[in-house]
Formats: sequence, C-alpha cells, structure tokens
Amino acid sequence: MTHFPELSRRGFLAITAGLSAATLVGCSTPAATPTAPKAGGRLRAAFAGGGAKEVLDPHLANLFVEAARSKAMFDKLADLGADVSAQPRLAERWEPNADLTRWRITLRPAVFHDGKPVRAQDVLASYARILDPKRAFRAKSSLSLIDLPNSKAIDDRTVEFALKRTFIEFPNALAAFGTYIVPEGTEDFTKPVGSGAFSFVSFEPGKSLVLKKNPNYWEGAPHLDELHFVIANEESARTNALLGGQVEYAHDLTPTTARAHGASDRMVIVRSPNSAVQAFAMKLDRAPFDNRDLREAMFLLADRPQLVESTLAGSGQIGNDLFGKGSQYYAGDIPQRTRDLDKAKHLIRKAGAEGMTIKLDTSTAAAGMVEAATIFADQVKGSGLTIEVVTGNKDTYWADTLKNGSMSSYRSGAMPIETHIAQRLLSTSGTNVTKWTRPEFDALYQKAVSTVDDKARGEVYAEMQRSLHAEGGYLMWGFADWIVGTARNVNGVATAPANTLDWARFDKVWLG
Amino acid sequence: MSLGRYALNRLAFGVVQVVAVATVVFLLVQALPGDAAVALAGDDPNPERIEQIRTSMGLDRPPLERFGAWLWGLAHLDFGTSIVSGRPVSAFLADGLAPTAVLAVLTLVLLVPLSVMVGVLAALREGSRLDRALTSISVGLHSIPEFALAVVLIALFGVQLAWLPPTAVGVGGDLLGHPEVLVLPLVVLLARPICSISRLVRAGMIEALSSDYVRHARRLGLSVGRVRFAHALPNALAPAVQQVARTTDWLLGGVIVVEAVFVIPGLGTTLVDAVASRDLPVVQGLAVVFAVTTVAVNLIADLVAFRLSPRAVGVR
Repeated sequence: MTHFPELSRRGFLAITAGLSAATLVGCSTPAATPTAPKAGGRLRAAFAGGGAKEVLDPHLANLFVEAARSKAMFDKLADLGADVSAQPRLAERWEPNADLTRWRITLRPAVFHDGKPVRAQDVLASYARILDPKRAFRAKSSLSLIDLPNSKAIDDRTVEFALKRTFIEFPNALAAFGTYIVPEGTEDFTKPVGSGAFSFVSFEPGKSLVLKKNPNYWEGAPHLDELHFVIANEESARTNALLGGQVEYAHDLTPTTARAHGASDRMVIVRSPNSAVQAFAMKLDRAPFDNRDLREAMFLLADRPQLVESTLAGSGQIGNDLFGKGSQYYAGDIPQRTRDLDKAKHLIRKAGAEGMTIKLDTSTAAAGMVEAATIFADQVKGSGLTIEVVTGNKDTYWADTLKNGSMSSYRSGAMPIETHIAQRLLSTSGTNVTKWTRPEFDALYQKAVSTVDDKARGEVYAEMQRSLHAEGGYLMWGFADWIVGTARNVNGVATAPANTLDWARFDKVWLG
Repeated sequence: MSLGRYALNRLAFGVVQVVAVATVVFLLVQALPGDAAVALAGDDPNPERIEQIRTSMGLDRPPLERFGAWLWGLAHLDFGTSIVSGRPVSAFLADGLAPTAVLAVLTLVLLVPLSVMVGVLAALREGSRLDRALTSISVGLHSIPEFALAVVLIALFGVQLAWLPPTAVGVGGDLLGHPEVLVLPLVVLLARPICSISRLVRAGMIEALSSDYVRHARRLGLSVGRVRFAHALPNALAPAVQQVARTTDWLLGGVIVVEAVFVIPGLGTTLVDAVASRDLPVVQGLAVVFAVTTVAVNLIADLVAFRLSPRAVGVR
C-alpha cells in the first residue's frame, strides 16, 4: 500500500496553473506550444487501488486513488498550495479574533451536486462526523484542536470555530488530509454528493469510478466532460496501459520508467519535485545518538548526491537535514551540508565511538528505503563506525521504529512545516521518532503559532530549523520527485508536490 | 469396478480433500504477518486506531472460535463477510467469477482441439520435418514461464507494434464485449498446456497406431480414417484427458498471474487484493472455491478417462 502519512493539498492560484502548464511544456514537450484550454473529452487515469477496501467516503480515504477521487468530487475549506501553505477553497476567507482562539470562516457561494447550497451547518456536521469519539477517521487528530460544542453557525455562509488553544496556523487544519465537507447527515456514500468539480456516475470498487463534469462548479466547470479512474495495481501495467493508449494518465511511476520513457514520443513524464522526504532518523534519548558529536558525524558521512543518484535514479534533490524544501518558511539560507570524512572521523573519535557497530533498521514499507540504507552503510565504511542494516517487517515497521532501535529509515510526504513540527518534534507529539524533546523548542513553537505577523513568525520557524539542523535527529538526505506519465495530448497537469491541491487534480486538465 | 462405485469412492475422497484444504488454508492465513487492521490503518498508524479497527472487525476473538464459526458457515454454503468492506464473500466470488470463467473456459475450449490437432498431426508424420519443428517449438515454449511470456508479448504486440491492447485496464469485467483484450492473455494461458498435451496425444497416437488391434482393424478392411480416429485416437486420449485436468489445476494458478499482468478483475485479482489487505474471510472463501474446483475437475476427468479406457484407470 502506498500512501503518504499525511496527505493534504493546495489552494488553487490561477498563476500556478499557468506556471505548471508552462513548466510541463518546457521540460518535456519542447515541440508543443501552450494552447488555450479546450473543452470536452474523456480522460482515463490509472491508479493503484485497494480492491474491496476502496471507499468513496472522503473521510475514510486513505489510498492515493481515494484521495484523488475525493478531490474530484468534494472540497475542503482550504488546501495546500505549491509552497505547501494553506490556500482558501470553500472558505472564501478566514479571520481570527485577537487572541487567535476564535476563527470566523466565510464560505463562498457553492452548491452540492444535488443543487443544495453548501451551508455553515454542512461544515459543522462534517467536522462533527470526523471528530466523533466513537470513530477512527484519519483527519480526527488534525481537527482535534477545535472546540466543537462552542463553535457555531452565524448564518448560512459564516461559521465561527472555537479553538482549544491559540493557533495562528488553523488554516493548515482546514487544509489537512481528509477534512472534506459533505452534506449534513450523509452516511451513505454509495452515490456520493459533493461540491467538487466532478459528479458521480458509477463505481465498482477495485475496478473503476466514472465521473462527469459539474457544470456549476464554483471555480468554473472543468474542461473534461468525463473522468474515469481505472485501477492498475502494478506500475508496469499502468505504464503499458499508457503506452498502449488505454489510459491518458498513469499515476505514480518509478524513476526507472521515467528514465526509460522520458524521451519517448508516446508519453510525457511529469515530475513534481520535493514530494517525499527521504531520511534516517536517529533517536536522541538513548545511546549512541544521545551524543551530539556522533549525530553530526553521521550528517557529515552521508554522500547525498550519491544517495539521490542511486536510490532515486536521479529523480530527486538532495536534502539539508530539514523538512519541507521549497515550502513556505523553509530555511533555505542555512548552508548545504556536504560529505566531510576527515571531520566525521574526528567527531567519532571525540565521541569515543571508534569501532562501534550501529544497527540501522529499515524495511520495504516504502520504496527505496532498503537500498538507501545499504548505500549509506557503504558510505560510512572507513570512518571507524560500522552500520549494520537490519530489514524488519514492513507491516509493523512504522510502529516498531517509533519505539525501538536507535536509527531507522524514514520517509514522509509533503505537509506544512508547522504540521511536521507539531506531529513529530514536540515533547507531546504522537509520532516523535527522533525523540526530540526540548522545552525551549516547544516554547518556540508556542511562540510561532501565537505570532500573527507573518515575517516575525517566519523568523521563529527559522530559529527552530537552525537548532534542528545543528543538533536534530533527522538526517534528511533527499527529496524524491513524484512521477506521473501522461499521453501527449494531455495538457494542464501541474507539477505541484504530491499531497498538495494541484497533485492528481483533473479539473484544470484538458485534451489537446 | 463399476463406474458408479468408482465415482462414489472418488467423491468421498474429494470431500475429505476439501475439508483438509479448508483447515490448512485457515491455519496458513492466520500465519500471515500483520492483519487487516494494520493494513487499513495505513502508514504512520496510530496504535489506538488499530486497536479500535481490530475490535470492530472481531479480530480480537480467539482463532479456534473464528475457525468453528467459519466451518459452520461453510457447511451451510455461507462464506461469511469481508472484514474489510463488510460485503458478503459470496458477492466477491460472484464479481470475480465471470472474467475468470471466461478466461478458463475459453482456454479449455481452445486447448483440447488445438492440442489434439497438433498431436495427431505430429504423430501421423512421425519423424518428418514438421514433427521435428513442432517438437522443438513445444519444448521451447513449455520452458518459458507464463509471466515472462506475458511480458514479452505485451512489450512486442501491445506496446511496440500496438496491434493489441497491452492490458485490460478500463474494460472492467466485460471481457467478451472487448474480445481484443482476450487475445494476449489466452495465448499466454494456452502456450504451455498445448505443448504438454499435444506431446501426450502424439505419444499415445504413435503407440496406438503401432498396436496389434489397429493392425488387425486395418486387416479387417476398415478405412484408414476410421481406424485412426474411431479406434486409435480414443485410446491415445485417455492419458491426455487426465493431463487436461491437471492443466485445469495449473490454470487456476496461471489465471492469477495472467490476471495480475493484464489487469483483469477476476478471482485471481480478488485473491491478490484480499491477501494484500489481509481480508481473511475472502482469502479463505477463494481458497475453498479453488479447492472445490480442482477436486471436481479431477473427479470428472478421472470418470471420463475411466469411461474412455477402463483398463488404464480402473486398476488404481
């Protein structure tokens, strides 16, 4: 199963769509010239599926294909833009009160597929469904800071949310994975009714979903008349179906396929950079990585370009041990780390770790993790340390490595830097793999999410990132591209990072 | 032994086989690492959420209790309910059955005449250039695993030459409505069994043609055609019929591979999906259906072979 730990996506900006189309044309189809969008036609998109467990309930969505379908049929109040910051969607605007604990959301005029308007009551009912303590919806934790009993509908198009604490980044919660707005009282999603750009026609779990254009979509009707999601679990089958003209869009291709067919006249490769961070996580609360010098030695031993070249087949960028390259608030001014064997040896000696063998836990839970671990173990040779790669059970890998071991392979999809910090780097975080627990860091986070001024907030995030870069436990060596293939007549496919609004988005796509 | 007595014996044995398979399948499925709750929770799972899902699926009940309930249901032809989707397992079987049945039936329908034709042709021209050519091709094709053949055929005819659709993506279960998508899967499914069965027919035919009763029939003045096809061929076919039955067993495995490679939503794909999501009742239901099919086909084949040539089978 492939899906990102935390999907989300981005607010549409007309300029981004234009840019994306231009980039697409620029990087892979030099012969074609950008044309005006053409209406009509049917697009068939091949995704990996989940067989019988596929659902159309957008709050239960878990797989990529479910996320893409939810996006086509439903809307969220906000979504993630190209820089992974929250952009308004069904919410026209949001205004916090002075202490950032009450947020007034104004909805844009939008209608569901059955013609009924999207009202404040639908928003509250959708969030109440997600937050139901008896159920286990994935978006529950993202919305848990909402004090629902004290939130209310002011009128049909205005909601006022009460929060349990001060939080300037509340729009990130509105853009979080799975926080879709459904008509009040909906429990049956066999024929889903949403407010999205496409409406439901027919569904066969594990086989196909047929949608048609919603001419009344609030952002303008999609160019396509029909959108078919078809299932092909094997990457090679998706590639073959695209090459054989059976689909026009193939989701999630490997770097090897991209390399093999990049120059083909039968498909266009669309790469979305900075989509998934690739890392090793060191635990700070136990030996040996409670020693700062040893952590720094590991940072200096990684040959990042080689890791990107060999495990991502070149389809990626090197990392600088910080999450969210290309995102809003990313501290791009911190100098890039490079391999320095001599300094690493010195640090290892200083830490008294010469001759030590360190276990590196990995598994096939995500593509390329075992390969990266093996290559890193090679890169460490000659430094005085030995890395022993241990391949664990992929089904329980994330839960195992959260608790056990001292170093493990790690990957994550895109999300706002604030969300990454809140989920993984606070002493209260539920998935704090590196066991980074520092009261002064927690305090900085509180300061950041209470700071209204954008620039001042950015400075606090920068300070937090500097301390993570210097002393943190994540060795983030690279960012993988997200790769899709399209037929040559498909236009308007954005190069936004996976998990953001423009990823797997079809209402701006047209057939030329 | 009479045909009726023989049939009854084999039937009783078949029931024992199916029960044994059901037990083994249940034990094997229990041994799969991870469970449906983990598969459903996705990456980055929250232990509380997994526990919640597990309880709601009844996975916290003891295995013996679940096995008992499942066997009791099977005895009433109730396959249980998918723990992942809540649909009855019988609905999965019904959904996947049509594409798989189309593939299997077409394979068998084409397999028998084609391999008999090839085998008889080679036997009648024993030692000729044609015979040697057919032998070489058979041995060659027989040694290519079906997935490798499928990949080569897709690359050549589906992608490079673009004569045939490379997959059944987007066709759904309606294979007969799009017969072009069936060509490559059928070639893959037929390639190996044609080789082995035609070899058997050829050997049986050569042996029969040189036997005393055939020579005697010719001396009695029967025509060449009548001797070959009415007297020699039935005897030559007895071992081939049993090979066809074994091919049906193989076909169930081959169909899983072929369905996966060509993206055909049949029982094979259903099984692969169910294993991936640890949907145990579906896995168990499919395994039982496969076991029943295998036992039934072998039973029928044994009876046909017994009827064709009681001497060859009855002594067992």
